[in-house]
Amino acid sequence: MKPIDPRLVQETISEYAGKELYVHLETTNGAYASHNNQGFFSVGTFLRNARIKYVQGKITGEGPYRIGLELEGGWAYAEGLTDWEIDSQNQILFAGHDPDGKLAIAFQLSEKPFRK
Amino acid sequence: MEDHVLVIFPHPDDEAFGVAGTILSHTQSGTPVTYVCLTLGEMGRNMGRPLIANRETLPDIRLKELEEACRLLGIEDLRRFGMRDKTIEFTDEGLLIDRISEVIDDVKPSLIITFYPGYAVHPDHNATAAAVIQAVKKIQPDDRPTVHALAFSEGCEDILGEPDIVHDVSRFSSQKMKVIEAHQSQTAGVFQTMKQRFLDQDETVMERMNTERFWTFPVDKS
Ligand SMILES: [Zn+2]
Repeated sequence: MKPIDPRLVQETISEYAGKELYVHLETTNGAYASHNNQGFFSVGTFLRNARIKYVQGKITGEGPYRIGLELEGGWAYAEGLTDWEIDSQNQILFAGHDPDGKLAIAFQLSEKPFRK
Repeated sequence: MEDHVLVIFPHPDDEAFGVAGTILSHTQSGTPVTYVCLTLGEMGRNMGRPLIANRETLPDIRLKELEEACRLLGIEDLRRFGMRDKTIEFTDEGLLIDRISEVIDDVKPSLIITFYPGYAVHPDHNATAAAVIQAVKKIQPDDRPTVHALAFSEGCEDILGEPDIVHDVSRFSSQKMKVIEAHQSQTAGVFQTMKQRFLDQDETVMERMNTERFWTFPVDKS
């Protein structure tokens, strides 16, 4: 992955508007967060291969960045994004890595389903 | 000496820190070891240092690491269940128990090594271990393999007591270090520090590398 270039990302977001896509959305502080720090309130969420179609979307912020997608009947957004790539399968991968390089959030879009 | 050892864990690298020396002691004395690994740790947060993986490439990278770890451990029978990391506790438990029973029937282990259900921190660890125990319970008491369970939750010794199985694996420590290093994407951040502390004979790291501790799980009484 490479550091997010907001201009290129915005072009990509605009290009994929109106398409039927699959989404992967995940946040995590790790399964060991509460083990390593007893008082830590651990939360996370994971959704993979839900269908999504957005009308328009934006990338904002100074880095880490935020991306919000306006759906026909709702919204999707992610914050804390630092890196991205379009991989060889044409999957658009956004990720937020913390200062230790650990993944904290992943937000991904693809025209084909992600493998289970 | 055991006839056949069956190791069952949900994640590649679960076998590295607490069990590698024990596995080596078996394989090096000629006892076959089968390793059932339920997932490829697809949801890992560590992506290597520098970043070498993303969410989609991580499983392929971790598969290679797992295969290399098995080679270093002398494990010739690796069986992957193709499940997804962090979903074990939500899976159909009956189906998982049946799949584990099939492997047990096939390899007829004299010893099973897994986590201690309820005392292994990660929900996948606890769910895997619980399914293993259920599969073992289905076997006639006289035919049941011994189960050595790994516990490390905070305060587990207050409840379980001291581990009854303590293996000195110091003679395998350099090979164990290589197994840990093989899981590069996950261990790169801590490996160099750990290796240096080991060479400096830091007590905590020495203890962790040289001693592996298990509780014999009381299948008959549970
Ligand atoms: Zn694990």
